[in-house]
Amino acid sequence: MIVLLGVLVVVLGFATRRNPLLVVGAAGIVTGLLGGLSPQRVLAAFGTGFASSRAVTIFVITLPVIGLLERHGLQEQARRIVTRFAGLTAGRFLALYLLLRQIAAAVGLNNVFGHAQTVRPLAAPMAEGAAERRLGPLPEKAREKVRSFAASADNVGLFFGEDVFLAVGSILLITGFVNTTYQTHLEPLDLALWAIPTALCALAVHGWRLLRLDRTLERAVAADREEAVK
Amino acid sequence: MIKAEWFYWLVGLIFLVMAVQMLRDRTNPKRYGTAAFWGLLGLGFVYGTWVADKSAPAEPLGAAVLAMVCLAGFGFTGRGRGTAATPEQREASAARWGGRLFVPALTIPVVALLCAVGVKRLSVGGEPVLQKGSETILGLGIGAVVALVVGMVMLREKKLSAPLHAGRSMLESMGWAMLLPQLLATLGTIFSVSGVGEQVRRITTAVLPDHSLYVAVAVYCVGMFLFTVVMGNGFAAFPVMTAAVGWPVLVVQEHGSAPAVLAIGMLAGFCGTLVTPMAANFNVVPAALLELKDQYGPIKAQLPTAVALLGCNIVIMALFAF
Repeated sequence: MIVLLGVLVVVLGFATRRNPLLVVGAAGIVTGLLGGLSPQRVLAAFGTGFASSRAVTIFVITLPVIGLLERHGLQEQARRIVTRFAGLTAGRFLALYLLLRQIAAAVGLNNVFGHAQTVRPLAAPMAEGAAERRLGPLPEKAREKVRSFAASADNVGLFFGEDVFLAVGSILLITGFVNTTYQTHLEPLDLALWAIPTALCALAVHGWRLLRLDRTLERAVAADREEAVK
Repeated sequence: MIKAEWFYWLVGLIFLVMAVQMLRDRTNPKRYGTAAFWGLLGLGFVYGTWVADKSAPAEPLGAAVLAMVCLAGFGFTGRGRGTAATPEQREASAARWGGRLFVPALTIPVVALLCAVGVKRLSVGGEPVLQKGSETILGLGIGAVVALVVGMVMLREKKLSAPLHAGRSMLESMGWAMLLPQLLATLGTIFSVSGVGEQVRRITTAVLPDHSLYVAVAVYCVGMFLFTVVMGNGFAAFPVMTAAVGWPVLVVQEHGSAPAVLAIGMLAGFCGTLVTPMAANFNVVPAALLELKDQYGPIKAQLPTAVALLGCNIVIMALFAF
Protein backbone atom coordinates (compact mmCIF):
# COMPACT_ATOMS: atom_id res chain seq x y z
CA MET A 1 0.00 0.00 0.00
CA ILE A 2 2.79 2.36 0.93
CA VAL A 3 4.01 2.79 -2.67
CA LEU A 4 0.74 4.61 -3.38
CA LEU A 5 2.20 7.55 -1.43
CA GLY A 6 3.96 8.47 -4.68
CA VAL A 7 0.57 8.90 -6.35
CA LEU A 8 -0.50 11.04 -3.40
CA VAL A 9 2.59 13.25 -3.84
CA VAL A 10 1.59 13.84 -7.47
CA VAL A 11 -2.05 14.63 -6.66
CA LEU A 12 -1.19 16.99 -3.80
CA GLY A 13 1.62 18.62 -5.75
CA PHE A 14 -0.55 19.42 -8.76
CA ALA A 15 -3.47 20.45 -6.53
CA THR A 16 -1.33 22.97 -4.64
CA ARG A 17 0.21 24.14 -7.93
CA ARG A 18 3.83 23.48 -7.02
CA ASN A 19 6.27 23.44 -9.90
CA PRO A 20 5.36 20.25 -11.84
CA LEU A 21 9.01 19.27 -12.38
CA LEU A 22 9.64 19.22 -8.63
CA VAL A 23 6.39 17.33 -8.01
CA VAL A 24 7.14 14.62 -10.54
CA GLY A 25 10.80 14.37 -9.58
CA ALA A 26 9.91 14.01 -5.89
CA ALA A 27 7.16 11.48 -6.64
CA GLY A 28 9.61 9.38 -8.65
CA ILE A 29 12.20 9.36 -5.88
CA VAL A 30 9.62 8.64 -3.14
CA THR A 31 7.94 5.82 -5.07
CA GLY A 32 11.22 4.26 -6.14
CA LEU A 33 12.67 4.23 -2.62
CA LEU A 34 9.41 3.00 -1.01
CA GLY A 35 9.16 0.34 -3.72
CA GLY A 36 12.49 -1.04 -2.58
CA LEU A 37 14.80 0.36 -5.26
CA SER A 38 18.29 1.39 -4.21
CA PRO A 39 19.18 5.10 -4.67
CA GLN A 40 21.48 4.08 -7.49
CA ARG A 41 18.68 2.25 -9.30
CA VAL A 42 16.37 5.25 -8.87
CA LEU A 43 19.04 7.41 -10.50
CA ALA A 44 19.43 4.90 -13.32
CA ALA A 45 15.64 4.83 -13.78
CA PHE A 46 15.64 8.61 -14.34
CA GLY A 47 18.44 8.19 -16.89
CA THR A 48 16.86 5.37 -18.89
CA GLY A 49 13.44 7.00 -18.70
CA PHE A 50 14.84 10.19 -20.20
CA ALA A 51 16.79 8.36 -22.90
CA SER A 52 13.93 6.16 -24.06
CA SER A 53 11.35 8.97 -24.14
CA ARG A 54 13.30 11.44 -26.29
CA ALA A 55 10.74 11.04 -29.08
CA VAL A 56 8.19 13.28 -27.30
CA THR A 57 10.63 16.21 -27.50
CA ILE A 58 11.50 15.72 -31.18
CA PHE A 59 9.11 18.55 -32.13
CA VAL A 60 11.85 21.00 -31.06
CA ILE A 61 13.37 20.33 -34.45
CA THR A 62 10.55 22.35 -36.04
CA LEU A 63 11.01 25.41 -33.80
CA PRO A 64 13.83 27.17 -35.73
CA VAL A 65 11.89 27.24 -39.00
CA ILE A 66 8.58 28.06 -37.30
CA GLY A 67 10.32 30.85 -35.34
CA LEU A 68 11.91 32.24 -38.51
CA LEU A 69 8.59 32.26 -40.36
CA GLU A 70 6.79 33.83 -37.40
CA ARG A 71 9.34 36.64 -37.38
CA HIS A 72 8.42 37.23 -40.99
CA GLY A 73 4.73 37.45 -40.16
CA LEU A 74 3.41 33.88 -40.59
CA GLN A 75 0.79 34.25 -37.84
CA GLU A 76 -0.31 37.64 -39.18
CA GLN A 77 -0.66 36.17 -42.66
CA ALA A 78 -2.61 33.18 -41.30
CA ARG A 79 -4.98 35.62 -39.57
CA ARG A 80 -5.33 37.69 -42.68
CA ILE A 81 -6.06 34.83 -45.05
CA VAL A 82 -9.05 33.43 -43.13
CA THR A 83 -10.77 36.82 -43.16
CA ARG A 84 -11.20 36.37 -46.91
CA PHE A 85 -13.60 33.51 -46.36
CA ALA A 86 -16.93 34.98 -45.38
CA GLY A 87 -18.93 32.59 -43.23
CA LEU A 88 -15.85 30.93 -41.77
CA THR A 89 -16.14 31.40 -38.01
CA ALA A 90 -13.65 30.32 -35.37
CA GLY A 91 -15.89 27.42 -34.37
CA ARG A 92 -16.50 26.21 -37.93
CA PHE A 93 -12.82 26.47 -38.77
CA LEU A 94 -11.79 24.45 -35.69
CA ALA A 95 -14.50 21.84 -36.35
CA LEU A 96 -13.02 21.44 -39.83
CA TYR A 97 -9.54 21.13 -38.31
CA LEU A 98 -10.84 18.46 -35.91
CA LEU A 99 -12.27 16.48 -38.84
CA LEU A 100 -9.03 16.69 -40.85
CA ARG A 101 -6.91 15.80 -37.84
CA GLN A 102 -9.09 12.79 -37.09
CA ILE A 103 -9.06 11.51 -40.67
CA ALA A 104 -5.28 11.94 -40.92
CA ALA A 105 -4.78 10.03 -37.65
CA ALA A 106 -7.18 7.30 -38.76
CA VAL A 107 -4.99 6.57 -41.78
CA GLY A 108 -1.84 6.59 -39.66
CA LEU A 109 -0.55 10.11 -40.33
CA ASN A 110 -0.07 11.19 -36.71
CA ASN A 111 2.81 13.60 -37.16
CA VAL A 112 1.38 15.46 -40.14
CA PHE A 113 -0.48 17.73 -37.73
CA GLY A 114 0.61 18.72 -34.23
CA HIS A 115 0.81 21.51 -31.66
CA ALA A 116 4.23 22.79 -32.75
CA GLN A 117 3.93 22.28 -36.48
CA THR A 118 0.31 23.23 -37.20
CA VAL A 119 -1.60 24.52 -34.15
CA ARG A 120 0.69 27.36 -33.05
CA PRO A 121 1.72 28.72 -36.45
CA LEU A 122 -1.50 28.08 -38.41
CA ALA A 123 -4.65 26.77 -36.71
CA ALA A 124 -4.68 29.02 -33.62
CA PRO A 125 -4.01 32.31 -35.47
CA MET A 126 -6.51 31.35 -38.18
CA ALA A 127 -9.19 30.67 -35.57
CA GLU A 128 -8.35 33.97 -33.88
CA GLY A 129 -8.47 35.80 -37.19
CA ALA A 130 -11.88 34.32 -37.99
CA ALA A 131 -13.19 35.34 -34.57
CA GLU A 132 -11.78 38.86 -34.87
CA ARG A 133 -13.34 39.37 -38.28
CA ARG A 134 -16.78 38.77 -36.82
CA LEU A 135 -16.42 40.23 -33.34
CA GLY A 136 -13.64 42.81 -33.52
CA PRO A 137 -10.63 42.78 -31.18
CA LEU A 138 -10.89 39.92 -28.70
CA PRO A 139 -10.56 40.49 -24.95
CA GLU A 140 -7.80 38.49 -23.23
CA LYS A 141 -10.11 35.79 -21.91
CA ALA A 142 -11.76 35.16 -25.25
CA ARG A 143 -8.38 34.94 -26.96
CA GLU A 144 -7.21 32.34 -24.42
CA LYS A 145 -10.41 30.41 -25.01
CA VAL A 146 -9.91 30.30 -28.79
CA ARG A 147 -6.33 29.09 -28.37
CA SER A 148 -7.30 26.48 -25.78
CA PHE A 149 -9.99 25.12 -28.09
CA ALA A 150 -7.51 25.03 -30.96
CA ALA A 151 -5.26 22.81 -28.82
CA SER A 152 -8.26 20.68 -27.81
CA ALA A 153 -9.29 20.13 -31.45
CA ASP A 154 -5.83 18.73 -32.15
CA ASN A 155 -5.87 16.42 -29.11
CA VAL A 156 -9.40 15.06 -29.56
CA GLY A 157 -8.81 14.49 -33.28
CA LEU A 158 -5.59 12.62 -32.62
CA PHE A 159 -6.75 10.47 -29.68
CA PHE A 160 -10.00 9.31 -31.25
CA GLY A 161 -8.66 8.98 -34.77
CA GLU A 162 -5.46 7.02 -34.24
CA ASP A 163 -7.10 3.91 -32.80
CA VAL A 164 -8.98 3.37 -36.05
CA PHE A 165 -5.57 2.76 -37.63
CA LEU A 166 -4.26 -0.80 -37.28
CA ALA A 167 -0.59 -0.27 -36.62
CA VAL A 168 -0.83 2.35 -33.89
CA GLY A 169 0.89 1.83 -30.53
CA SER A 170 -2.23 1.39 -28.43
CA ILE A 171 -3.73 -1.30 -30.70
CA LEU A 172 -0.44 -3.18 -30.77
CA LEU A 173 -0.21 -2.85 -26.99
CA ILE A 174 -3.64 -4.45 -26.60
CA THR A 175 -2.90 -7.38 -28.93
CA GLY A 176 0.60 -7.81 -27.52
CA PHE A 177 -0.55 -7.85 -23.91
CA VAL A 178 -3.63 -10.02 -24.37
CA ASN A 179 -2.09 -12.51 -26.79
CA THR A 180 0.88 -13.21 -24.56
CA THR A 181 -0.89 -13.05 -21.18
CA TYR A 182 -3.98 -15.08 -22.03
CA GLN A 183 -2.66 -17.25 -24.89
CA THR A 184 -5.36 -16.16 -27.28
CA HIS A 185 -5.31 -14.56 -30.68
CA LEU A 186 -6.78 -11.12 -31.28
CA GLU A 187 -6.54 -9.44 -34.67
CA PRO A 188 -5.63 -5.72 -34.79
CA LEU A 189 -8.39 -5.25 -37.39
CA ASP A 190 -11.16 -6.31 -34.97
CA LEU A 191 -9.89 -3.85 -32.36
CA ALA A 192 -9.61 -1.02 -34.88
CA LEU A 193 -13.21 -1.61 -36.03
CA TRP A 194 -14.43 -1.29 -32.45
CA ALA A 195 -12.74 2.10 -32.20
CA ILE A 196 -15.05 3.51 -34.89
CA PRO A 197 -18.23 4.06 -32.79
CA THR A 198 -16.30 6.10 -30.21
CA ALA A 199 -14.49 7.99 -32.98
CA LEU A 200 -17.85 9.07 -34.40
CA CYS A 201 -19.08 10.09 -30.94
CA ALA A 202 -15.92 12.15 -30.42
CA LEU A 203 -16.41 13.94 -33.72
CA ALA A 204 -20.05 14.66 -32.89
CA VAL A 205 -19.48 15.77 -29.28
CA HIS A 206 -16.39 17.89 -29.76
CA GLY A 207 -17.48 19.16 -33.17
CA TRP A 208 -20.73 20.36 -31.63
CA ARG A 209 -18.85 22.03 -28.77
CA LEU A 210 -16.52 23.75 -31.24
CA LEU A 211 -19.50 25.07 -33.22
CA ARG A 212 -20.98 26.38 -29.96
CA LEU A 213 -17.70 28.22 -29.28
CA ASP A 214 -18.85 31.05 -31.57
CA ARG A 215 -21.80 31.81 -29.32
CA THR A 216 -19.63 31.65 -26.17
CA LEU A 217 -17.22 34.11 -27.74
CA GLU A 218 -20.04 36.46 -28.74
CA ARG A 219 -21.22 36.53 -25.15
CA ALA A 220 -17.70 37.03 -23.78
CA VAL A 221 -17.08 39.96 -26.11
CA ALA A 222 -20.46 41.52 -25.30
CA ALA A 223 -19.83 41.17 -21.56
CA ASP A 224 -16.40 42.72 -21.96
CA ARG A 225 -17.88 45.72 -23.83
CA GLU A 226 -20.49 46.24 -21.11
CA GLU A 227 -17.73 46.15 -18.53
CA ALA A 228 -15.82 48.78 -20.49
CA VAL A 229 -18.88 51.06 -20.66
CA LYS A 230 -19.25 50.93 -16.90
CA MET B 1 19.68 4.08 -43.53
CA ILE B 2 18.43 7.27 -41.93
CA LYS B 3 18.22 6.67 -38.18
CA ALA B 4 16.10 8.30 -35.49
CA GLU B 5 19.23 8.82 -33.37
CA TRP B 6 20.59 11.28 -35.95
CA PHE B 7 17.65 13.54 -35.28
CA TYR B 8 18.05 13.21 -31.52
CA TRP B 9 21.64 14.39 -32.00
CA LEU B 10 20.38 17.25 -34.13
CA VAL B 11 17.90 18.22 -31.39
CA GLY B 12 20.74 17.93 -28.85
CA LEU B 13 22.90 20.15 -31.02
CA ILE B 14 20.10 22.70 -31.35
CA PHE B 15 19.78 22.79 -27.53
CA LEU B 16 23.56 23.20 -27.13
CA VAL B 17 23.83 26.03 -29.66
CA MET B 18 20.86 27.75 -28.04
CA ALA B 19 22.51 27.29 -24.62
CA VAL B 20 25.56 29.20 -25.90
CA GLN B 21 23.27 31.94 -27.23
CA MET B 22 21.55 32.07 -23.84
CA LEU B 23 24.88 32.31 -22.02
CA ARG B 24 25.77 35.38 -24.06
CA ASP B 25 22.35 37.01 -23.72
CA ARG B 26 22.86 39.78 -21.15
CA THR B 27 19.18 40.73 -21.19
CA ASN B 28 18.47 37.51 -19.28
CA PRO B 29 18.97 38.12 -15.53
CA LYS B 30 19.39 34.36 -14.96
CA ARG B 31 21.51 33.56 -17.99
CA TYR B 32 23.87 31.11 -16.24
CA GLY B 33 21.10 28.91 -14.85
CA THR B 34 19.20 29.05 -18.12
CA ALA B 35 22.25 28.08 -20.17
CA ALA B 36 23.05 25.26 -17.72
CA PHE B 37 19.51 23.84 -18.00
CA TRP B 38 19.40 23.79 -21.80
CA GLY B 39 23.04 22.73 -22.06
CA LEU B 40 22.39 19.69 -19.85
CA LEU B 41 19.29 18.90 -21.89
CA GLY B 42 21.35 19.01 -25.09
CA LEU B 43 24.08 16.78 -23.65
CA GLY B 44 21.43 14.39 -22.33
CA PHE B 45 19.94 14.04 -25.81
CA VAL B 46 23.27 12.97 -27.27
CA TYR B 47 24.42 10.81 -24.33
CA GLY B 48 20.97 9.20 -24.30
CA THR B 49 21.88 7.32 -27.48
CA TRP B 50 24.30 5.13 -25.56
CA VAL B 51 22.01 4.78 -22.55
CA ALA B 52 19.21 3.60 -24.85
CA ASP B 53 21.40 0.86 -26.35
CA LYS B 54 22.79 0.06 -22.89
CA SER B 55 26.43 0.70 -23.77
CA ALA B 56 26.81 3.53 -21.24
CA PRO B 57 25.71 3.75 -17.58
CA ALA B 58 22.36 5.47 -17.03
CA GLU B 59 23.25 6.98 -13.62
CA PRO B 60 25.10 10.08 -14.92
CA LEU B 61 22.12 10.90 -17.14
CA GLY B 62 19.78 10.39 -14.18
CA ALA B 63 21.89 12.83 -12.14
CA ALA B 64 21.75 15.33 -15.01
CA VAL B 65 17.96 14.98 -15.16
CA LEU B 66 17.66 15.66 -11.42
CA ALA B 67 20.00 18.66 -11.79
CA MET B 68 17.72 20.02 -14.53
CA VAL B 69 14.69 19.44 -12.30
CA CYS B 70 16.35 21.49 -9.54
CA LEU B 71 17.53 24.26 -11.87
CA ALA B 72 14.07 24.80 -13.35
CA GLY B 73 12.06 23.81 -10.27
CA PHE B 74 13.78 26.22 -7.90
CA GLY B 75 13.65 29.14 -10.32
CA PHE B 76 17.22 29.38 -11.58
CA THR B 77 16.08 29.72 -15.19
CA GLY B 78 14.69 32.79 -16.91
CA ARG B 79 14.36 34.36 -20.31
CA GLY B 80 15.98 37.18 -22.19
CA ARG B 81 14.11 40.02 -23.81
CA GLY B 82 14.96 38.57 -27.19
CA THR B 83 15.07 40.44 -30.43
CA ALA B 84 11.56 39.62 -31.58
CA ALA B 85 10.21 41.65 -34.46
CA THR B 86 7.62 44.24 -33.47
CA PRO B 87 4.00 43.64 -34.51
CA GLU B 88 4.35 46.42 -37.10
CA GLN B 89 7.40 44.79 -38.66
CA ARG B 90 5.61 41.46 -38.77
CA GLU B 91 2.53 43.02 -40.41
CA ALA B 92 4.71 44.71 -43.01
CA SER B 93 6.58 41.50 -43.68
CA ALA B 94 3.33 39.53 -43.93
CA ALA B 95 2.08 42.06 -46.50
CA ARG B 96 5.32 41.72 -48.44
CA TRP B 97 5.57 37.92 -48.53
CA GLY B 98 1.85 37.14 -48.44
CA GLY B 99 0.78 33.56 -49.05
CA ARG B 100 4.33 32.47 -49.85
CA LEU B 101 4.96 32.31 -46.09
CA PHE B 102 2.80 29.19 -46.00
CA VAL B 103 5.09 27.31 -48.37
CA PRO B 104 7.84 26.43 -45.84
CA ALA B 105 5.23 25.98 -43.07
CA LEU B 106 3.30 23.47 -45.14
CA THR B 107 6.51 21.78 -46.25
CA ILE B 108 6.75 20.11 -42.83
CA PRO B 109 3.42 18.22 -43.01
CA VAL B 110 3.80 17.50 -46.73
CA VAL B 111 7.26 15.94 -46.32
CA ALA B 112 6.07 14.04 -43.22
CA LEU B 113 3.21 12.71 -45.33
CA LEU B 114 5.51 11.69 -48.19
CA CYS B 115 7.83 9.88 -45.77
CA ALA B 116 4.94 8.07 -44.10
CA VAL B 117 3.35 6.80 -47.31
CA GLY B 118 6.15 6.74 -49.91
CA VAL B 119 9.74 6.81 -48.68
CA LYS B 120 8.80 4.24 -46.01
CA ARG B 121 8.62 1.58 -48.72
CA LEU B 122 11.92 2.48 -50.40
CA SER B 123 15.05 0.52 -49.75
CA VAL B 124 18.58 0.82 -51.07
CA GLY B 125 20.74 -2.29 -51.26
CA GLY B 126 18.22 -4.35 -49.28
CA GLU B 127 18.25 -1.83 -46.43
CA PRO B 128 15.23 0.41 -45.87
CA VAL B 129 15.98 4.13 -46.34
CA LEU B 130 14.14 5.01 -43.13
CA GLN B 131 14.77 3.13 -39.88
CA LYS B 132 11.91 0.72 -39.37
CA GLY B 133 9.40 1.70 -36.67
CA SER B 134 10.60 5.31 -36.56
CA GLU B 135 9.14 6.48 -39.87
CA THR B 136 6.80 9.10 -38.42
CA ILE B 137 9.49 10.72 -36.26
CA LEU B 138 11.88 10.69 -39.20
CA GLY B 139 9.22 12.24 -41.43
CA LEU B 140 8.81 15.11 -38.97
CA GLY B 141 12.57 15.58 -38.64
CA ILE B 142 13.26 15.48 -42.38
CA GLY B 143 10.28 17.77 -43.00
CA ALA B 144 11.62 20.32 -40.53
CA VAL B 145 15.09 20.33 -42.07
CA VAL B 146 13.74 20.64 -45.63
CA ALA B 147 11.36 23.40 -44.50
CA LEU B 148 14.23 25.30 -42.87
CA VAL B 149 16.22 25.21 -46.12
CA VAL B 150 13.19 26.25 -48.17
CA GLY B 151 12.38 29.04 -45.70
CA MET B 152 15.92 30.43 -45.56
CA VAL B 153 16.30 30.41 -49.35
CA MET B 154 12.90 31.98 -49.88
CA LEU B 155 13.35 34.69 -47.24
CA ARG B 156 16.98 35.25 -48.35
CA GLU B 157 18.18 34.63 -44.82
CA LYS B 158 21.87 33.79 -44.95
CA LYS B 159 22.72 33.37 -41.28
CA LEU B 160 21.74 30.12 -39.58
CA SER B 161 21.80 31.98 -36.27
CA ALA B 162 18.62 33.87 -37.22
CA PRO B 163 16.25 30.87 -37.12
CA LEU B 164 18.08 29.54 -34.05
CA HIS B 165 17.56 32.83 -32.20
CA ALA B 166 13.90 32.81 -33.23
CA GLY B 167 13.46 29.22 -32.06
CA ARG B 168 15.30 29.99 -28.84
CA SER B 169 12.84 32.62 -27.72
CA MET B 170 10.05 30.06 -28.22
CA LEU B 171 12.01 27.56 -26.10
CA GLU B 172 12.71 30.10 -23.37
CA SER B 173 9.04 31.00 -23.15
CA MET B 174 8.18 27.31 -22.74
CA GLY B 175 10.85 26.78 -20.11
CA TRP B 176 10.42 23.84 -17.74
CA ALA B 177 7.37 22.53 -19.63
CA MET B 178 9.83 21.12 -22.18
CA LEU B 179 11.27 18.58 -19.76
CA LEU B 180 8.00 17.52 -18.13
CA PRO B 181 6.80 14.93 -20.71
CA GLN B 182 10.05 12.99 -20.49
CA LEU B 183 10.10 13.20 -16.72
CA LEU B 184 6.57 11.82 -16.60
CA ALA B 185 7.54 8.91 -18.82
CA THR B 186 10.19 8.14 -16.21
CA LEU B 187 7.67 8.34 -13.39
CA GLY B 188 5.48 5.84 -15.24
CA THR B 189 8.36 3.37 -15.40
CA ILE B 190 9.15 3.83 -11.72
CA PHE B 191 5.48 3.36 -10.84
CA SER B 192 5.31 0.05 -12.65
CA VAL B 193 8.64 -1.24 -11.30
CA SER B 194 7.58 -0.36 -7.75
CA GLY B 195 4.26 -2.20 -8.01
CA VAL B 196 1.83 0.72 -7.99
CA GLY B 197 -0.26 -1.08 -10.63
CA GLU B 198 -0.59 -4.20 -8.48
CA GLN B 199 -1.90 -2.11 -5.55
CA VAL B 200 -4.49 -0.39 -7.74
CA ARG B 201 -5.59 -3.78 -9.09
CA ARG B 202 -6.12 -5.07 -5.54
CA ILE B 203 -8.19 -2.03 -4.57
CA THR B 204 -10.31 -2.29 -7.71
CA THR B 205 -10.99 -5.99 -7.17
CA ALA B 206 -11.93 -5.30 -3.56
CA VAL B 207 -14.55 -2.68 -4.43
CA LEU B 208 -16.01 -4.65 -7.35
CA PRO B 209 -19.38 -6.18 -6.42
CA ASP B 210 -20.18 -9.67 -7.74
CA HIS B 211 -22.30 -10.53 -10.75
CA SER B 212 -23.41 -7.17 -11.92
CA LEU B 213 -22.54 -6.73 -15.57
CA TYR B 214 -23.28 -3.03 -15.90
CA VAL B 215 -21.43 -2.13 -12.74
CA ALA B 216 -18.43 -4.11 -13.95
CA VAL B 217 -18.50 -2.29 -17.31
CA ALA B 218 -18.63 1.05 -15.50
CA VAL B 219 -15.84 0.05 -13.11
CA TYR B 220 -13.61 -1.02 -16.01
CA CYS B 221 -14.18 2.19 -17.99
CA VAL B 222 -14.06 4.59 -15.04
CA GLY B 223 -11.04 2.70 -13.69
CA MET B 224 -9.23 3.11 -17.01
CA PHE B 225 -10.17 6.80 -16.95
CA LEU B 226 -9.00 7.48 -13.39
CA PHE B 227 -5.85 5.38 -13.63
CA THR B 228 -4.94 7.21 -16.84
CA VAL B 229 -5.46 10.55 -15.11
CA VAL B 230 -2.99 9.48 -12.43
CA MET B 231 -0.41 7.86 -14.72
CA GLY B 232 -0.67 10.29 -17.62
CA ASN B 233 -1.36 7.71 -20.31
CA GLY B 234 -3.64 4.80 -21.04
CA PHE B 235 -0.76 2.46 -21.81
CA ALA B 236 0.16 2.13 -18.14
CA ALA B 237 -3.45 1.75 -17.06
CA PHE B 238 -4.43 -0.87 -19.63
CA PRO B 239 -2.54 -3.96 -18.40
CA VAL B 240 -3.54 -3.25 -14.80
CA MET B 241 -7.26 -2.68 -15.31
CA THR B 242 -7.53 -5.45 -17.89
CA ALA B 243 -5.92 -7.97 -15.55
CA ALA B 244 -8.20 -6.82 -12.72
CA VAL B 245 -11.59 -6.47 -14.43
CA GLY B 246 -11.50 -6.46 -18.22
CA TRP B 247 -10.37 -10.01 -18.89
CA PRO B 248 -11.45 -12.10 -15.86
CA VAL B 249 -14.86 -10.47 -15.34
CA LEU B 250 -16.02 -8.95 -18.63
CA VAL B 251 -14.55 -11.42 -21.13
CA VAL B 252 -14.33 -14.73 -19.24
CA GLN B 253 -17.19 -14.50 -16.74
CA GLU B 254 -19.69 -12.41 -18.73
CA HIS B 255 -18.65 -13.72 -22.20
CA GLY B 256 -18.11 -10.28 -23.67
CA SER B 257 -16.57 -9.88 -27.08
CA ALA B 258 -12.87 -9.46 -26.33
CA PRO B 259 -11.99 -6.98 -29.13
CA ALA B 260 -14.95 -4.75 -28.25
CA VAL B 261 -14.28 -4.76 -24.49
CA LEU B 262 -10.57 -4.09 -24.83
CA ALA B 263 -10.70 -1.51 -27.63
CA ILE B 264 -13.41 0.51 -25.91
CA GLY B 265 -11.66 0.16 -22.55
CA MET B 266 -8.54 1.69 -24.04
CA LEU B 267 -10.59 4.57 -25.45
CA ALA B 268 -12.07 5.18 -22.00
CA GLY B 269 -8.47 5.63 -20.89
CA PHE B 270 -7.91 8.18 -23.67
CA CYS B 271 -10.73 10.27 -22.16
CA GLY B 272 -8.56 10.44 -19.04
CA THR B 273 -5.58 11.63 -21.08
CA LEU B 274 -7.66 14.65 -22.13
CA VAL B 275 -8.02 15.94 -18.58
CA THR B 276 -4.71 15.25 -16.86
CA PRO B 277 -1.71 17.56 -16.52
CA MET B 278 0.29 14.32 -16.29
CA ALA B 279 -0.13 14.04 -20.08
CA ALA B 280 2.10 17.08 -20.34
CA ASN B 281 2.99 16.77 -24.01
CA PHE B 282 -0.70 17.02 -24.97
CA ASN B 283 -2.00 19.38 -22.32
CA VAL B 284 0.75 21.46 -20.68
CA VAL B 285 3.30 21.90 -23.49
CA PRO B 286 0.64 23.24 -25.92
CA ALA B 287 -0.46 25.78 -23.29
CA ALA B 288 3.15 26.97 -23.15
CA LEU B 289 3.52 26.88 -26.94
CA LEU B 290 0.38 28.99 -27.36
CA GLU B 291 1.57 31.36 -24.62
CA LEU B 292 -1.56 30.90 -22.52
CA LYS B 293 -1.72 32.54 -19.10
CA ASP B 294 -3.76 29.63 -17.78
CA GLN B 295 -1.66 26.48 -18.15
CA TYR B 296 -4.80 24.40 -17.63
CA GLY B 297 -6.62 26.14 -20.54
CA PRO B 298 -6.58 23.14 -22.89
CA ILE B 299 -7.69 20.78 -20.10
CA LYS B 300 -10.64 23.05 -19.27
CA ALA B 301 -11.60 23.11 -22.95
CA GLN B 302 -11.46 19.30 -23.09
CA LEU B 303 -13.09 18.37 -19.77
CA PRO B 304 -16.76 18.33 -20.89
CA THR B 305 -15.86 16.37 -24.04
CA ALA B 306 -13.88 13.86 -22.00
CA VAL B 307 -16.74 13.24 -19.55
CA ALA B 308 -19.30 12.93 -22.35
CA LEU B 309 -17.10 10.47 -24.26
CA LEU B 310 -16.47 8.40 -21.13
CA GLY B 311 -20.26 8.07 -20.89
CA CYS B 312 -20.43 7.14 -24.59
CA ASN B 313 -17.81 4.43 -24.11
CA ILE B 314 -19.67 2.89 -21.17
CA VAL B 315 -22.94 2.86 -23.13
CA ILE B 316 -21.33 1.48 -26.32
CA MET B 317 -19.61 -1.29 -24.38
CA ALA B 318 -22.72 -2.20 -22.39
CA LEU B 319 -24.91 -2.30 -25.53
CA PHE B 320 -22.70 -3.97 -28.11
CA ALA B 321 -20.02 -6.02 -26.37
CA PHE B 322 -22.31 -8.63 -24.75
